[in-house]
Amino acid sequence: MKHINVAGKALTLLFTAAFLVACSSSDTKEADDAAAAAAAAAAAAEEADRAARAEAERQARVLQDAVDAVGNVFYFEFDSSNLTADAQRMVDAHIALLSTNDKTVRLEGHTDERGTREYNMALGERRANSVRDYMVANGIASYRIETVSYGEEQPVAYGSGESNWSQNRRVELK
Amino acid sequence: MTRIILSLVLTLVTLGARAELVIEITQGVDNPTAIAVSPFAWQGGGTAPEDIAQVVQGDLARSGQFAPVDRRDMLGRPSTEKEVFYRDWRAISAEYLLIGRVSGTEQMRIEYELFDVNRQAKVFDGTETGPASEARMLAHRVSDKIYEKLTGIPGAFATRLLYVSVTRNPTGKDYYRLTLADSDGARPIVLLESREPILAPSWSPDGSEIAYVSFETTRPAIFRQNLATGQREQLTNFKGLNSSPAWSPDGKTMAMVLSKDGSPDLYLMDLASKRLTRITRHYAIDTEPTWMPDGKSLLFTSDRGGRPQIYRYDLRSGTTERVTYEGAYNARARVAQDGRNVVVVHQSNGRFHIAIYDLVTNRMQVLTSTELDESPSIAPNGSMVLYATKSGDRGILAAVSVDGGVKFRLPAREGDVREPAWSPYMSR
Repeated sequence: MKHINVAGKALTLLFTAAFLVACSSSDTKEADDAAAAAAAAAAAAEEADRAARAEAERQARVLQDAVDAVGNVFYFEFDSSNLTADAQRMVDAHIALLSTNDKTVRLEGHTDERGTREYNMALGERRANSVRDYMVANGIASYRIETVSYGEEQPVAYGSGESNWSQNRRVELK
Repeated sequence: MTRIILSLVLTLVTLGARAELVIEITQGVDNPTAIAVSPFAWQGGGTAPEDIAQVVQGDLARSGQFAPVDRRDMLGRPSTEKEVFYRDWRAISAEYLLIGRVSGTEQMRIEYELFDVNRQAKVFDGTETGPASEARMLAHRVSDKIYEKLTGIPGAFATRLLYVSVTRNPTGKDYYRLTLADSDGARPIVLLESREPILAPSWSPDGSEIAYVSFETTRPAIFRQNLATGQREQLTNFKGLNSSPAWSPDGKTMAMVLSKDGSPDLYLMDLASKRLTRITRHYAIDTEPTWMPDGKSLLFTSDRGGRPQIYRYDLRSGTTERVTYEGAYNARARVAQDGRNVVVVHQSNGRFHIAIYDLVTNRMQVLTSTELDESPSIAPNGSMVLYATKSGDRGILAAVSVDGGVKFRLPAREGDVREPAWSPYMSR
């Protein structure tokens, strides 16, 4: 963690300064000067720490914003469980954020209404697994990912036709 | 494995009008047999608890093979043989006449007699007895006998249906209900209500138990439930798919689909020991197992050839062979008791239809012309196929005879209906 390193360095600097001051002098004034220098160093360290924390927060916010921008629903082609280039780019944003924390996620696979319910249950699982495998290949531990398929049971768009079907062929990250 | 035994009190909620099915006959045979069902005489006190003749008449009409005579056209209402005047029935072109008498407010007794109007002779008579609370079921048994006498095929009216209905909730989660009803849609009883999906209901071979998949734990799990006691048991709780429960013909084993070991494969669970045996091992999707009536092999859906097709697994040899080749998509087989007719979901021209495949001649015949047809379930006498389809944006049930000649629809009064499962003959 960056800000801890900065704080550590500042602290080392502070002790070094105090030691040098203490060695080079024995009178009270010099001792006061040493104390003042130590206080200044401590303040600097605190400031560096705060800056580092702010930077980390800013970076997390950037990653979160990226995730918010892409959303948590990844869409698939008909009868396919391959991640499209678009979906891959979206999942990448989630991987970047998940790499900075230890949260667990649930991937819910869905299909459109065409075909049999139980075959679609299997197809939905294939889609969820496809996203999971991609995340694992990119460094997210598999124990952090739960997958479940709902098949065609929970459509987002109820009507028939490709405009509805394409919205239902999806994996939702929760 | 977690095995939770829940002694669930069966909430026998009668649904009123909500998920009740309505029957609309859309197509019958070209020359249906004209039969007159004279109102049965009630020989108990007060008013008759159930119009038995009306139930029988409804059954015969729904088969598509009979054209019951309208009561208003009847010139008499005989209930005994000596009240039968054949000329009255010839005058309205009735080929057959059924009369009957009903008695007993506790234990009901139905006596009935069938006459051939043209031959002017009694051809059949019989008696059905049982609790008066089961009056409609007794009436369906009369229908079964009449149907068998006149068509040579045992009737399947005294059977029941399972189906899943869904009420959409635009502001939150939908309501799923697993419902049990008579074969004519009457007397619906909600067996399970959930905010999470319910699917794949199936029957034990004696009709006393059911199995289904419920997501109530936020993951799919297979449950079995006794219809008489309401006792419920969670059979599986594995990572991944837990789907397609199918009872073996001897009732001892349940075939199911699990993906706990990777891709979806078929497993057999010995119901006494709960011991699992994996029977398919393929990286493709293997799902939707169904037993051949002799219990020696199972049909299932697999996309191991690229697209979903029906395969057959032989339990003795452990070998798998492909069954269907016609069409890009054949799935979710159900086999008739003759072990020959197989109903499947068949895709042609981008539409999903119900088709019947003959295992002897290898002939595939498409039975339906609607689209998005699925979940075929065959009547225990092999005559009709019940399936789910769409009408507008709504899911409805529909039925078609195995020769495609008779069709009827069973929309619910409200909501979507799907996943019908026709019971076997019920043990009495």
